[in-house]
Amino acid sequence: MLKTFSIGGIHPAENKLSAGTAIQRLPIPSEVMIPLSQHIGAPAQPIVAVGDTVLTGQLIAQANGFVSANVHSSVSGKVTKIEEYTDGNGYKKTAIVIAVDGDEWDPSVDRSPGIKRDISLTPEEIVNKIGEMGIVGMGGATFPAKVKLSVKPGQCQVLIINGVECEPYLTADHQLMVEKGDEILIGIKVLMKALQVDKAIIGIENNKRDAIDHLSKLAASYPGISVQALKLKYPQGGEKQLIDACTGRQVASGALPISVGAVVQNIGTAYAIYEAVQKNKPLIERVVCVTGKPLQRPSNFIVRIGTPIRTVIEATGGIPADYGKVIGGGPMMGRALTNLEVPVIKGTSGILLMSKAESKRGEVSNCIRCAKCVSACPMGLEPYLISRLSEKLMWDECEVNKIADCIECGSCNYTCPSNRPLLDYIRMGKAKVMGIMRARAAAAKAAAESAQKQ
Amino acid sequence: MINTILITVAVLAAIGLAAAIILYFVSQKFKVVEDPRIGEIESLLPGANCGGCGFPGCRGLAEALTKADDISGMGCPGSSAEVMAQIAKILGKEASAKVPQIAVVRCKGTCQNRQKTLEYDGAKSCAIASANFAGDTGCSFGCLGYGDCVTACRFDAIQIDSATGLPVVDEAKCTSCGACVRACPKQVIEIRNKGPRNMRVWVSCINKDKGAVARKACTAACIGCGKCAKECAFGAITVENNVAYIDFTKCKLCRKCVADCPTKAISEINFPPRKEPAAEVPKPETKPEVKAEAPKEAAQDKTEQIKEQK
Amino acid sequence: MSNLTISPSPHVHSADSVKRNMYGVIIALLPALAASVWFFGTGALCVLLTSIVSCIVIEFLIQKFILKVPTTISDGSAAVTGLILAFNLPSNLPIWIIIIGAVVAIGIGKMTFGGLGQNIANPAILGRVFLLVSFPVQMTSWPVPGAIDGSTGPTPLGLMKEGLRSGKSVSEIIDKLPSNVDMLMGQMGGSLGEVAAICLLIGFAFLLIRRIITWHIPVTILATMAIFSGILNLYDPEAYATPLFHILTGGALLGAIFMATDYATSPMTPKGMIVYGIGIGLITILIRTFGAYPEGMSFAILIMNVATPLINKYCKPKRFGEVAK
Repeated sequence: MLKTFSIGGIHPAENKLSAGTAIQRLPIPSEVMIPLSQHIGAPAQPIVAVGDTVLTGQLIAQANGFVSANVHSSVSGKVTKIEEYTDGNGYKKTAIVIAVDGDEWDPSVDRSPGIKRDISLTPEEIVNKIGEMGIVGMGGATFPAKVKLSVKPGQCQVLIINGVECEPYLTADHQLMVEKGDEILIGIKVLMKALQVDKAIIGIENNKRDAIDHLSKLAASYPGISVQALKLKYPQGGEKQLIDACTGRQVASGALPISVGAVVQNIGTAYAIYEAVQKNKPLIERVVCVTGKPLQRPSNFIVRIGTPIRTVIEATGGIPADYGKVIGGGPMMGRALTNLEVPVIKGTSGILLMSKAESKRGEVSNCIRCAKCVSACPMGLEPYLISRLSEKLMWDECEVNKIADCIECGSCNYTCPSNRPLLDYIRMGKAKVMGIMRARAAAAKAAAESAQKQ
Repeated sequence: MINTILITVAVLAAIGLAAAIILYFVSQKFKVVEDPRIGEIESLLPGANCGGCGFPGCRGLAEALTKADDISGMGCPGSSAEVMAQIAKILGKEASAKVPQIAVVRCKGTCQNRQKTLEYDGAKSCAIASANFAGDTGCSFGCLGYGDCVTACRFDAIQIDSATGLPVVDEAKCTSCGACVRACPKQVIEIRNKGPRNMRVWVSCINKDKGAVARKACTAACIGCGKCAKECAFGAITVENNVAYIDFTKCKLCRKCVADCPTKAISEINFPPRKEPAAEVPKPETKPEVKAEAPKEAAQDKTEQIKEQK
Repeated sequence: MSNLTISPSPHVHSADSVKRNMYGVIIALLPALAASVWFFGTGALCVLLTSIVSCIVIEFLIQKFILKVPTTISDGSAAVTGLILAFNLPSNLPIWIIIIGAVVAIGIGKMTFGGLGQNIANPAILGRVFLLVSFPVQMTSWPVPGAIDGSTGPTPLGLMKEGLRSGKSVSEIIDKLPSNVDMLMGQMGGSLGEVAAICLLIGFAFLLIRRIITWHIPVTILATMAIFSGILNLYDPEAYATPLFHILTGGALLGAIFMATDYATSPMTPKGMIVYGIGIGLITILIRTFGAYPEGMSFAILIMNVATPLINKYCKPKRFGEVAK
């Protein structure tokens, strides 16, 4: 019996169209647009000016605060503009536009072809290096990786590597595991050293047998690292779900994974960390899975950050005639994009095209109280209830019913026979309730401080 | 038989009497001493509990009014001046004069003016749509048209016009409580002075994009050209972030800006038809049917103007 | 190029629908439907058709002319209500009574609350109980299956109640009743849907396989009935019938599988469903053994329907990361 998480979950159609397609390197485009905000937290501060010449891998914008990340140039060329662009949501964001001229790398990057196995840096140096190289969570959440690694020695008991890729369609991590097994395992070793932990578990869902077999074989020569095959179930890639599946421990409401002694990192992040720490290469390119039923050749590409999504789609055999929706990420948690000119960023794990017929949601009807959302919810919430409470702006009730625990996995929406937009309302309510909770915590802290002064 | 009936009646009467005595003493013992004026005031208020006054519901306002030493600045935005005068009378105080206000919609992005560039397919709520996307047109500032303001209005005073897709404020019903302003995630709605004889002029656009971008998204967008600001003789118009704003405390309703706006982004309402070619400057002070508060407002405006000149 | 569609995630759907669930219930009821026509002949067909058609027509008329909203008759929920209502009626019931039942079920039971999913009590049961208290004579003269002359007789539960009331012991009454095997196969008097236990169990299996319902409610109802009647039976086998008798007779299976599991009126969490099931099981046996009516399933379900909001309030699902108290 394979392990999996204990509450709820769904089984969406896998549709892994691009599975088994070798990762190809996409040619460098003539111009890239590198947004200053590719991560959760404050946008980075640009340190180049219009007219400057930059090299591939050169730092062009500096992290602005604790939860922020450095941004590096993904190409060599000339900075032509630092201006606002319309991002995938339709809002204006700032980006650095670079006209490409050849591909001259920053000399500090080690571009030798061999695999570097010895880890020479100390734990502290590793964490700093990861921050310096602008590594963020590559699964799509884009949380700066350095922040998660800043734990006290002994606090972390197990490192969990997320190779689940439970989103339908996406195959980027899968292909990376098959092709770059050694690099990933060294990356995990680096992470283990940084966290000062001697146990790491790679969780992989059972639909990726080749990756499980390959990594299991390689892991035999890496003490402390084991591969855990997991039963197919969405959302196994959720941090809390994955910890539950791999270790049987459940992170309490409102707590961080470290409270049960676990740190979770994505496969893609482990690979990026290998390159950053061992090869001194900043995060300037990533594997992007370009997929969808309308495409001629769904593929996995290595793409330079800042490449327009239109260029990436064209590389799969041209922009298809029938497409109604373009999604950055997977179909369950990805965001629909408002235009194709937006660039690939650090968190772009996939680009998914849907035909016009697939793009539209079904017609909404009354809630029939079938309770399928309750049994699907991996957090043990009552989506029908909190969605209604949020719709009626009843924030106190929302909080009592744990709306803040929602991980926005979309299982409730997926399963609803009445096509109700449950998650739309829950997401709104969650944002509102978390705002209220933060304000209350801040007020309580201020009150405690003023009481202390007196 | 008759005995049974008599006994029943007697027992019930006795229970009733006993209960009455108990209730009387209990009510004496636990009497809550409350200012009777609170109830009186509350009965005068609309009872919509809109929160527009800043207090928790109508009773909250009534309590606050009763306790307050100075009631100027407090009052129900949903009630007429007469009602406020009555309330002031109950309290034995003078009601402060209130300039009547109304909600105005600062967007002219109708289906014709502002073509859709995307199809939004999520929950029909402005709050949700704006949290996920800037909008389904090229304009990321304007009205989304899913009617959060309509849901928020407790007076049924705002409706989405199905032809334009924009909200329309019912002048007779709007109490300027501000619920729609708080509900709108795009800050499209503003509370402005209702104006003499309900005549108002305002900029129907809040698009902060550069002129060309805004114009491409919407034919009625303010392009921030500043023509109106130059034209305005009273210094009521400012242009900031590529969008003009008319200060309603300074505006004299001359309507020059309305005529001059190249994109027709400035709205006017309730004016008599224009005499071509010159725009008539209405002088509300001289008109006999003007409401009582109009001259006061005009006077205020004048004093402000004088201050500025100084 | 036409405009791109934008919507918040998720972007895929299970393709489950109200229709799929409702027609699934209808398919699950087909074996029992066939059995009822087999046993009761054209009378059953007439009751079924009248009930289903009148439920659909009434829903259509109310939505079209009174509520003035888009009609939802195609989602199959009205047909399910009609079918279940028919299954609760004797096959010789006059047509006009059936129509009254349908009006009460759809009009009062469903539409007054706002239609699909909004009702507090199961519409079909409401209609049935209304008819039972309004037309007790017509509602309790059950045709005997296979009897060509149209003779009527009481149900096994009715016989049991009468017998016990007149001072006979269970073993004496049992002799006059059909055997357990006969009851499983449907050889007994009763309303349309009650008679063939085996067909209802086939339907139950189908509902479980299609994941239309979960096991919680039917299994807890039947288990509670079995345990409670079992205790009574052990206490005095001559005064109280056996658990198997209780489960196979009357509307126990129909109620537990098809009526108590009605989405809108049953609790939302597994814990709640178990509380609800236990409640129905207990009340049913209480009414059957100590109450005035021989059958208590409908009343038990109605009572627990009304308790459902309260159950929902207090029976929350197990939250992720919650430490057991």
